[in-house]
Amino acid sequence: MSRVWKFGSDVDTDQIVPGRYAPFMLKEGQDVKDYAFIEARPDFARNARPGDVIVAGKNFGCGSSREYAPEALRRRQIGGIIAVSYARIFFRNAINLGIPVIEAPDVVDALEDGMEIEVKWASGQLKSDSGQLFELPPMPAFATEIIAAGGLTAFVRKYGRFPGEK
Amino acid sequence: MSTFTLAEKILSHAVGRSVRAGEMITVRPDVIMAHDSLTPAIIKIMRERLGVAHVADPSQVVMVMDHVAPASNVATANSQNIIRRFAREENLRLFEVGRGICHQVLVEEQIARPGRVIIGSDSHSTSYGAVGAFGTGMGSTDIAVAMGTGKTWVRVPETIRVRVHGRFRPGVDAKDLALWLARDMGLAGATYAAIEYLGLEWLPLPGRQTLASMAIELGGKAGIFPADGDVARRFDVPDWLTVDEDAQIKRELHIYLDEIEPQVAVPHSVDDVVDISQIAGQPVDVVFLGTCTNGRYEDMRTAAEILQGQRLAPGLRMLVTPASSQELQKAIGDDTMTTLLAAGVTLTTPGCGPCMGRHQGTLGDGDVCLSTGNRNFKGRMGHPSSQIYLASPAVAAATALTGRITDPRTIEEYRPQTTDHSDSRPVV
Ligand code: SF4
Repeated sequence: MSRVWKFGSDVDTDQIVPGRYAPFMLKEGQDVKDYAFIEARPDFARNARPGDVIVAGKNFGCGSSREYAPEALRRRQIGGIIAVSYARIFFRNAINLGIPVIEAPDVVDALEDGMEIEVKWASGQLKSDSGQLFELPPMPAFATEIIAAGGLTAFVRKYGRFPGEK
Repeated sequence: MSTFTLAEKILSHAVGRSVRAGEMITVRPDVIMAHDSLTPAIIKIMRERLGVAHVADPSQVVMVMDHVAPASNVATANSQNIIRRFAREENLRLFEVGRGICHQVLVEEQIARPGRVIIGSDSHSTSYGAVGAFGTGMGSTDIAVAMGTGKTWVRVPETIRVRVHGRFRPGVDAKDLALWLARDMGLAGATYAAIEYLGLEWLPLPGRQTLASMAIELGGKAGIFPADGDVARRFDVPDWLTVDEDAQIKRELHIYLDEIEPQVAVPHSVDDVVDISQIAGQPVDVVFLGTCTNGRYEDMRTAAEILQGQRLAPGLRMLVTPASSQELQKAIGDDTMTTLLAAGVTLTTPGCGPCMGRHQGTLGDGDVCLSTGNRNFKGRMGHPSSQIYLASPAVAAATALTGRITDPRTIEEYRPQTTDHSDSRPVV
């Protein structure tokens, strides 16, 4: 089971990882993954487990192009993100790092913070703790291919091309 | 259907076939821009994760030392040396400390040109739309993969048209329009979309740069001006780069400039914008004039006109960070810079300055700053308890004079005419 960590709208990259905790600001032995939501949601920073799911409102990840925001979530091994919508740069950074990013306003409405759910990201099936079933809308084929390969660098390394290219 | 938006035209031209909004394409950007604070990570991703030792095509890549330049500490100095070494080994163009902000330098060097596709490691890479280029910001992995393969992926964006009517009232300029758009459209108003600005043929290049830089604050993928007017005078414009009035667009917004008063974004969101009358009188500790949005000669000129023969308000400090060495030279070429210095401003190295709080004027606990920049998120310029108001250069200078947020139209000695400085621009 995965815990739902629910957020509101316009969560900017400074809330995900404040600039002071950028990898290049950290000391030897510190890891950016320990600073995910360190100020905005300290209980996430302490307790999030691998596979947990971030659920958010509109425009998740707005602000700077800093990739260490989704990178911190990747290292934290979150299962994926379900939001009403994403900021564009965050959306592509997450895909490039192999993190599923789903747009599903209805599902966001139905999920509460702290719920335990089960998500099959590949098939798009989501089951809540009360047994309620949801169908997640698919991501663009392009993104699905990148995520299946484990990210853009892994994809290009493996196939020597971009998805959709001959 | 043979009409296209500017974004569709530029991307079609880049891939050599007609592409439409919604398509996923792989494209070879004309320019890949990387800036100092992220480049060491980009090099690492290219070499270690992608497994590519060298840049695919050095002629695509441009690097700029601007975000924390000159270096603020040993770690920054060392990481900048990694970039210098890499640029030397890979034979890449590198603009050094003091040359200026990446988005200003690429325009001055005509590396950003009408019709080009430019991707940058900095989110304000939408700025290149000011010269009729498709400019967009990307993350480190994207830039690393583009450097290593010469290519990137792009979803051809839908277009939102902003059609502007009329002219600015005296004391109001492009920054007020940019803030007005944030107020109207919100932080996500243009997510995934390109903005096309129409009705502004008369607006000189600097005002276009102000608007295009802030396209990202609306979530925009790009903010593109037609390559007309001032831009057509300064740049070669490809003949295919024209506006198709009847192109398929997502929506169109009409803006009437005579409705717009000076605007101020209040802490801590760029779309939390009010008319200046609602916030006038708010005490301020620091005024910052600079950034890719408003650090050009024209902005310094506007401030100098207001500060002419006066001193900063007691207890207030004002930092001026020119957007580039060329803009600084222009301000030295006439009496702009001496006027500002005589008023008591602090001049810092051309570049980003304190815009993201890492050097040259970081804000402390509770400091209140009025900035001509583009972002006022909590803690952006320093301590999370500091506050950032965003406004135009005229508001910044009027505020510097009184120590409180001030409508420039109330400053007696200042008679705002028009923000069109194209005739007064000295040649350097
Ligand atoms: S001036 Fe500010 S917004 Fe512009 S590129 Fe530099 S840090 Fe970014």
